[in-house]
Amino acid sequence: MKCLSTIVSLCAALFAGGCAIAPGPSPDLGAARAAAPAPADDRLFRALGGHAGIEALSESFVRELAADEITRAFFARTDITRFHRLIQEQLCAESGGGCTYTGESMRVAHAGLGIERRDMNAVVEALMRAMDEQELPIATQNAVLALHAPKRRDVLGE
Amino acid sequence: MKLAPLLPCIALLPGLAAAQGITPASGGSRLLATGGGTAFEGAAGGGLVPWAVLSGYGDRGEASATAFGSVVRVDDYALDVIGASVSIDNRVELSVAKQRLDIDSVAPGETLEQSVIGMKLRLGGELVYDTGPQWALGVQLKSTDTFDVPQAVGAAADEGVDVYLSASKLWLHGLFGRSTFLNGTVRATRANQTGLLGFGTTGDTRYRAVGEVSAGVFLNRRWVVGAEYRQKPDRLAAFREDDWRDVFVGWFPNKHVSVIAAFADLGSIAGQDEQRGAYLSVELAR
Repeated sequence: MKCLSTIVSLCAALFAGGCAIAPGPSPDLGAARAAAPAPADDRLFRALGGHAGIEALSESFVRELAADEITRAFFARTDITRFHRLIQEQLCAESGGGCTYTGESMRVAHAGLGIERRDMNAVVEALMRAMDEQELPIATQNAVLALHAPKRRDVLGE
Repeated sequence: MKLAPLLPCIALLPGLAAAQGITPASGGSRLLATGGGTAFEGAAGGGLVPWAVLSGYGDRGEASATAFGSVVRVDDYALDVIGASVSIDNRVELSVAKQRLDIDSVAPGETLEQSVIGMKLRLGGELVYDTGPQWALGVQLKSTDTFDVPQAVGAAADEGVDVYLSASKLWLHGLFGRSTFLNGTVRATRANQTGLLGFGTTGDTRYRAVGEVSAGVFLNRRWVVGAEYRQKPDRLAAFREDDWRDVFVGWFPNKHVSVIAAFADLGSIAGQDEQRGAYLSVELAR
């Protein structure tokens, strides 16, 4: 854990503002919603409860990440407001809600953080707990997990 | 070669892992149920089939240990198994199992006992996250401790080595939106009734290739239902040997306990046909 916090502090010092997500353009979510056309398949977006559901899920997720001993260290110096917004954009975009994700690629966003498998596993479990809190049906939860699973190699920098 | 002297080596493994800087995490970080249960030969798997997953929940840089006990009660026989395993770095699994088959109903007062030392190496792939399957290569060093009966019915040797290749894959959003698991195992073996009736016959000690399959659907994160099929050689002249199959329910209340209950059809064993009954296995992990 000492190693992790050292990495996080170093990283935070270098970027002086955002670690998990480096500073970048930050248009508001409403503009992103309006800009992108709604895709044909928005079943997952609707299953998640639309924008309101995704906002609630993201809040739970951020709360779980902050509560977990392992994941907390990675987010200590993160701009949580921006992270929260990007999580919503990404969930909305990938579930067919018609949003545009304005953050960095997963590979860039997680580069240099020294994320190990156990850290990634802890993030996935935090997401699972968040989805449980939102009482999402198991098939919806599985669809969200399946969306994110292929990103693992990018997150780990492999 | 008797395997019993090797058993204490297994006990030294956690110390070895600690010396390598690998610390046993509290349960390990891999996702719930990804360690499977323990198959009756000691390897992480279902009831009858070893899977490509490694026991416990340790990922890279973590170690885990499990202990298990299984009971099988079919029409004329009772099989009891106990064992343990250690997995290191989500790379290598070492296991030991002791099987005891009560054959009192066909040979009064007799039991058949076998020890199995298993080693499994994850070759590559990741069960949950990768598009392709997780692969593992395993060996099982089997030693029949009670050779009188196997010898009397034509078995050639009291010990043998099984080698198997397994591929396991979990589709998170599978059938009906449920996480869906599939495992295929190919095994090279000389065993009669998995070794409980010895290895080879006096005229035939060649290896046979057999196929084994497990499939399951997770109703939620803690409960899985599935089925298994295990092909077996059939070459003892005295007794017919059938393929094995089961339908199972798995329960993973947390990362420290897993329970597999099954209805197994073990076919004909030592002259007694239609051996069907209950299978229950409990695994503790840390």
